[in-house]
Parts: sequence; structure tokens; C-alpha cells
Amino acid sequence: MTSAISIRDMLVTYDGFPALDHVSLDVGVGESFGIVGESGSGKSTLLRAVSGLTSFSQGTLTVNGRSYPGRRRDKEFYQTVQMVFQDPYGSLHPRQTVDRLLLEPLVIHGFDNIEGRITRALDEVGLGSGFRFRYSHQLSGGQRQRIAIARALILEPKILLLDEPTSALDASIQAEILNLLEQARRDRNLTFVMVSHDLGVISHMCERLAVMKTGKVVETMPAEALEKREFSADYTRQLLVASEGFRRG
Amino acid sequence: MTASTSPLLTVEDLRVTFPTRTGEVNAVRGVSFALGKERLGIVGESGSGKSQTGRAIMGLTPGHAKITARKLAFGDRDLLAMPKAERRALRGKRVAMILQDPKYSLNPVSTIGRQIVETLKTHEKISSAEAKSRALAMLEAVQIRDPERVFDLYPHEVSGGMGQRAMIAMMLVCGPELLIADEPTSALDVTVQLEVLSILDKLVAERGMGLIFISHDLRLVSSFCDRVIVMYAGKIVEELPSANLAAAQHPYTRGLLNCLPTIGTDRHPLPVLDRKREWAL
Repeated sequence: MTSAISIRDMLVTYDGFPALDHVSLDVGVGESFGIVGESGSGKSTLLRAVSGLTSFSQGTLTVNGRSYPGRRRDKEFYQTVQMVFQDPYGSLHPRQTVDRLLLEPLVIHGFDNIEGRITRALDEVGLGSGFRFRYSHQLSGGQRQRIAIARALILEPKILLLDEPTSALDASIQAEILNLLEQARRDRNLTFVMVSHDLGVISHMCERLAVMKTGKVVETMPAEALEKREFSADYTRQLLVASEGFRRG
Repeated sequence: MTASTSPLLTVEDLRVTFPTRTGEVNAVRGVSFALGKERLGIVGESGSGKSQTGRAIMGLTPGHAKITARKLAFGDRDLLAMPKAERRALRGKRVAMILQDPKYSLNPVSTIGRQIVETLKTHEKISSAEAKSRALAMLEAVQIRDPERVFDLYPHEVSGGMGQRAMIAMMLVCGPELLIADEPTSALDVTVQLEVLSILDKLVAERGMGLIFISHDLRLVSSFCDRVIVMYAGKIVEELPSANLAAAQHPYTRGLLNCLPTIGTDRHPLPVLDRKREWAL
């Protein structure tokens, strides 16, 4: 298996507190990889360290065969890797129209055929050109998340980092967004790294997953192992029980 | 609920309307139900009017909104005709509400202990020493291990799960007869959710309260409540006992149940809700 992302002994500290404690992971090309854990387990920090939003102080990061340092990322990196964030209310610029939001990455990376690309990106996420000149406050949560996905896909990346892309959305909207992501992955042969606290979502979307707790990877396993309950860590069992809902007594 | 005694809460044809620049927005459009000493769940997506229903019962609807109802009664007392001062006396004492996020709904500049004592002293003639001991006992009842320490902490110094337990303590300390919980665990981690729910469950059972549990999570609500009301676009589309969730008739309820990804099912793509216009009529 060739690796799209390879992380070795990554260490991220915030004021001496290890948010990521020597984490090693490999994500194969074209794979959909899930990361589950509670808040504070370091799952979002992992994505932020890969994308260069947070710097790591030790360890190595290799993306598509190129290695990257603690913080600096070049344009080529962002053409390979794009990210979708959790909160669609916070991740779109409130004073930019959808058109402007989608234009900016194209201009930065010097793409041609801007007109065509924006139209196609909107079509692909199922919004159509009627949304092009709206502001984000004129859109619903699900529509905003579609714009965020369009913005990530417009640079034709190979790898998509998804940080809880549906946890701020209603269950019915969640299904639509998950279907959209799966469709995009099929069409473009994308590699996904998806962070979520919802085991159901991860087992639906991913082939393999890592369970994280207090900055460490507790266990890595194929998604079918969840169903067959073939896991060793007690923490994974706790998460699984919790995901099944409330039981009296 | 027999005919001779009036139920704990009666809601008949409740409507909540917000005037806006572009016309009236009908958030709640004719909701009716009766509640005894039971656990009732209200489920719906954002904008379905579930929270506004809870807030109208509580009397926390913003002042510019219009509330009408054929009947909105707590026991045999009409909530809409009641003077504001009486409503205030009721709120916190006999009707209490737990909100979603302890980070935003606790007072950030007052210690947890002071906030619980404040509730007690507002509603009861009670000495400071007695109020403190009642508060500590309540913190212990929500399974906070070191109540003396937590009593003196500020909300930002505790975790989300701890904050939510403190809020439950604050709401239950006066022994309300009706508790409205609006998404009480949505802001918490999954493993902490269950702890908080079981504490809530135990206290509601022990103290014989009526509970309205408002949530977007149909499965969670059905595993927690005796009866579930499903709301869509400000109306009740279906009401059913939790045990019969699988027998839900309305396509919206069935759609909500279906669209959740679960472990061990392989459905690609996931079924999505096909919203029909007539549901919102």
C-alpha cells in the first residue's frame, strides 16, 4: 500500500501539554480513514498539524511522497490537501459572497477558466448558480457546508481532511452531506481523513479507523471489526456502548 | 391521568408567532398535548418549533413574539392569564428548564455554589447555612464527587459534563414538578452523555417529576422517554409510544429513523428525506 499521508512520532504541545503524544499513522492512497475520540483526544489537532494550522515540534510528516516541516506548507501542498471544517457558520467569510469565496483559492493558485470552474463546483455540490451571489448568512447550515466542500474541491485536491463535517447539522441534512462526500470521493478518487465522534458515521464512511484518547492512538482497525466487535481496547468498547443510546438500569 | 384530576400540564392549540420585516413567522402552529408524571420527548430538526414550544411553556419567549393558545395550563392554573410576578414565582420553583450548553447558560462571574443558593433563596425563606447544605446535598445527588470543592468553582473551571450536572442540580434543588430539558446532552461527549442522562433519569424517577425532553436525536429520545412527539414545521406530525417507534407511520418520522448511519448496515448512498410540501401544511 502506498501512503498518501504518513505520520511518524508526531508531537504537538500547547504550553507543555502534549495534545498529540507521539502519534504514528499511515493513510493509503484512495483510502477513507476515520479518526474517532472524545473532545480533547487530539483528533482535530492531528488534522490541524497535517494541514499546517498547528506546528508539530517532533516527528515527520510525509504527504504524497514529499516530507513537510513543522509549520510551513507551500502552494503545492494546498493543491494536494484541502480541509473542511466542523462549523459551517464559522468557516465561511461573513462579508464575502459565495462567488468571492470560491474565486479566492482559484486566483491564489493561478487557475484558468475561472468562470467554468465556479459554475461546475456549485453544480457538483448540488446548489446551482442561483446561490453564486449570496452571502453565507443567506444560506442554511447544510448549504453552507456544501459551499465549504465546493471550496475545498475547486482546487482539485487529492486528499480531503474532514473535521467533523456533519456534527453541526440535522440528521437528515447529515445524510445528504455524507452522500455528497462519498460521490465526490468516487468521482475524483480522493483520499479522505475524517474526524468524528460518531462511530456510526465513521463506520459508514471509512474503511479503516483509529481510536484516539488523550493525544494517543489507542487502536487502529478495519471498520468491519466494529461490527464484529473485534477490538482490544476497553475504550473502544465504551465508545461503542455510548453510541448505542441510553439504557435504563 | 384520570378525568377527575387535571394533568400536570395541558397545552391546547399553542401558537408562537414572530413578527419580522418580511411578515409573520409561525414558529409553533397549533401544538396540543397533555403531560402527566411521565417522560415525554419532543423531536424535530432545527426550526421545527420544538424549543419554542418548551420556551413558551416556561414563559421565556422573547417579548415581541405573540403567544396564543386555547389553553395553556399548569395543573389548573392558566399560564397565559397569570400576572408576570406569579409566573416568575412558578419558574424555577415548580417548573424548571435545563438548557443545552453549560458554557453559555451558567453565569460566568458567579460560583456554581452561589448560583444554586440564589435559586433556593429566591423561592424559599431559608437561612444561608441551610441553603448551603441543601446545595451541597444536591451537588452530591448529581454525583459530583467533591461537592465542597465544586461549590466554590466558577463555571469555566469545570468540564462540560460537570457543568451540565451543576445545572441539573440548580434546576432540581427547589423540587420542581415539571422539568423541561432542551437538548440537555447535545453539547457533551458521547460517553459523558450517558452518565448525565442516567443521573437525570434517576432523579426524575425518584422525585416523581414530569419531564419534557427536547432533542433532535430520535433514537436517544425514544430510548429515554415513554412517549415521543415528532414535530415538523411547527406542527405535531406524529405521536407514539417509544416502544413502537418501528411502527411509525408518518414518512417524516420514518425518514428520520432511516437516514442515520449505523454500525453494521451497508447502505450507500444513505436514504435522504424527500420533504413533501403537504407535511408543512
